Amino acid sequence: MSDKALSSEQAEFQAFCRAWLQENKPAPHPTPLPQAAYEVTDPSHLAYLTEWQAKCYEAGLIASDLPQNYGGHGMTGCQQIASAEVRAAGVPYFINWIGLGMAVPTLLECGTEAQKETFLPPIFSAEHIWCQGFSEPGAGSDLASLQASAVKEGDQWVINGSKVWTSLGHFAQYMLLLARQDKSDKYGGITYFLAPMDQPGITVKPIHKMTGESGFNEVFLDNAIVGDHLRVGNVGDGWKVAMATLTSERGAGVGVGAVAGESPMLVMAQVIQLAKDTRRNGRRVWDDPVWRDRIVKVYERTEASLYNGRRARIKALNGGAMRIPLQGKLTGSEISQSLHQIALGILGLKSSLYVGDENAPANGKWPLGYMNTYTGTISGGSSEIQRNILGERVLGLAKSK
Amino acid sequence: MTTPKDFGFNDDINMLKDTYAKFLLEQNTIEALRPSLSGTEDPYHGAPRQAFFDTQNWQKTVELGMHAVAIPEAQGGIGMGLVAATAIAEEIGRHALPTPLSNNLLATFLLRAADTQPARQLLEEMAEGASVGLALYGEDGSLEADSTDVALREGKLVGTAWYVTDAQKCEILIVAARTQDGIDLFRVNQRDTTVSVKPDRIVDLTRDQAGITFASSDTTPLTEYGQGAQCLNDALPALLTLTAADIAGAAEWQLQTTADYAKVRQQFERPIGFFQAVKHPIVDMMIAVDETRSLVYQAAAAFDFDPEDAARCAHLAKSSASDTAEFCANRSTQLHGGIGFTWEADVQIYHKRQMHSQFMFGDGVWQREKLADLL
Repeated sequence: MSDKALSSEQAEFQAFCRAWLQENKPAPHPTPLPQAAYEVTDPSHLAYLTEWQAKCYEAGLIASDLPQNYGGHGMTGCQQIASAEVRAAGVPYFINWIGLGMAVPTLLECGTEAQKETFLPPIFSAEHIWCQGFSEPGAGSDLASLQASAVKEGDQWVINGSKVWTSLGHFAQYMLLLARQDKSDKYGGITYFLAPMDQPGITVKPIHKMTGESGFNEVFLDNAIVGDHLRVGNVGDGWKVAMATLTSERGAGVGVGAVAGESPMLVMAQVIQLAKDTRRNGRRVWDDPVWRDRIVKVYERTEASLYNGRRARIKALNGGAMRIPLQGKLTGSEISQSLHQIALGILGLKSSLYVGDENAPANGKWPLGYMNTYTGTISGGSSEIQRNILGERVLGLAKSK
Repeated sequence: MTTPKDFGFNDDINMLKDTYAKFLLEQNTIEALRPSLSGTEDPYHGAPRQAFFDTQNWQKTVELGMHAVAIPEAQGGIGMGLVAATAIAEEIGRHALPTPLSNNLLATFLLRAADTQPARQLLEEMAEGASVGLALYGEDGSLEADSTDVALREGKLVGTAWYVTDAQKCEILIVAARTQDGIDLFRVNQRDTTVSVKPDRIVDLTRDQAGITFASSDTTPLTEYGQGAQCLNDALPALLTLTAADIAGAAEWQLQTTADYAKVRQQFERPIGFFQAVKHPIVDMMIAVDETRSLVYQAAAAFDFDPEDAARCAHLAKSSASDTAEFCANRSTQLHGGIGFTWEADVQIYHKRQMHSQFMFGDGVWQREKLADLL
């Protein structure tokens, strides 16, 4: 970000963020944290990360630009600065990433005043952890085919069905829930709820991923109860509200706080260093022209993403408001996957050593991280679905379905 | 040092870009090019293609002042930087325009880097409308400055310069030549009797190209004491960025044209854009174009505002652009199906321009080799 383009208020805030992060960077947890918030299962990790997020919120690094009656700090043009500083500081990630990244923008756009005032502050402080109940065993890329049912009884709804791939479901107090109130209308039959997780009608069961981790779950809804005041938007408008959530999930929404861990630029720098530090066939991998070309090609794409982010905000150059933002999730996840593939290639057979092996480079970070990049390319609308969305919404091609 | 948030695209530059874009739209340049292509279809028996040069278009371009945007005010120009020139180059690419303007923009930055009295003199003439070509390559077409096959002998130039782009549209040449001090740049009148221009038969229908032989040609040095290599090196970020901008403009045209075709062409009772096998590669074209465009704007801004970072940013831009040229050209023809493979389709014109631009001033692999040295 260009320093000279900052107002004096912004420059002052930036300096404050830098100093604060330097001073308050927490000591590492005794056992290593997983690579991302959605893998956390150890309650002591949760406690450590909750305390960290609450502290950052109190300091003004989260909800910087939001009004005070929503628990915000009432500043202007400061969130981007805070988020950039958090990402650059090498500090732990924010545990409540679904709350910050999806619940907040959804509520801001579609929630009632009462919902905003009630639910936003505890999301910022991580007092309430949130999860997302969209996907079902039979509803993945074709999300609107979801079958969980919502039946109105008095002033509450009774929910039955099951949800899957529910990250943080084991810790969450609330779920962003899509359920069907009308079986005869695929898109217009869906309603959006804020479902309390702590109730007898909800059972959470962990799913083990290919990495061996179990950050996500199956969630069974068996006569679960949700009050009508916890409905977001009108009955039958759930699909529209879900689009607000998904736009944020895909990187096109308004940020309220950094949710990512290491920035792509940081991982890129690590991969270049890895190539310089790793020797094979009597020379550094970095000195092998074939590997250099592969590495620098991804470097070029990483840099392009950075400047795409800047260009997206310039009307005269962005080719339409949504053209670049809607690419963010697709390109970000695919670039990250390429980067990890390259890291494995640089390590060669050493990449076979996994987390917990005493000889594993960076304690198995690269093979673990590589497998976890599929979270990016599959969840929140797979890369294939992203290409449909871009083709249809940005280029105006005929809808595939 | 940092670059401005808007990449330096201020109101003046946006207005300049709009003016030029509007002018080119009105000119309908591809239509103007078409008649000159007829009779050259047959590679075995067809006539040698005459260089297409719409002198009226060039005259109007000069009247609009586009040729002088980056010429310093002291030399009679408008005094803007690479950001403005890049905006124009992108429009040239979007219209696949045959014009001496491309070379003049490149030459402007080469002469600004030389910054000698004769270089300033030539900039003044360019501000008056003189057209200048670049004769920098040796036979192997490599960009390394010492690859030139021209040498200075007793104050005159001898040897051949290869792959001189748009040689038939320019009056004056800037020639890289070997001297006892290294490499220097020289000015030669292209119409001098000792200068012979042998047009190449090239794939690209929107440019011309020639080998130019100097048989003891009179010349004025633009740089001295072997400073030419340094001058080329200093101007290289601008040359790369302008070429990448041309590619970006052409690739955006390829993207939009291919998307439009996928909306109207029907097969299996549906527009072909319905099918993901067509839709997804068009999206991939967009992703490639957007990456290139962002890197191009950043490279231009770095040259004007953050010169220490200019080389890195320019290699990034041309690395991306070269690959985008290849990819978008490839997809545009493939997704147009049979019609895209014909002489009458406009996509073939852009395809061939991209095939040419991809390798100008080094392809993606070359850029990445240079980039790696900076990382």
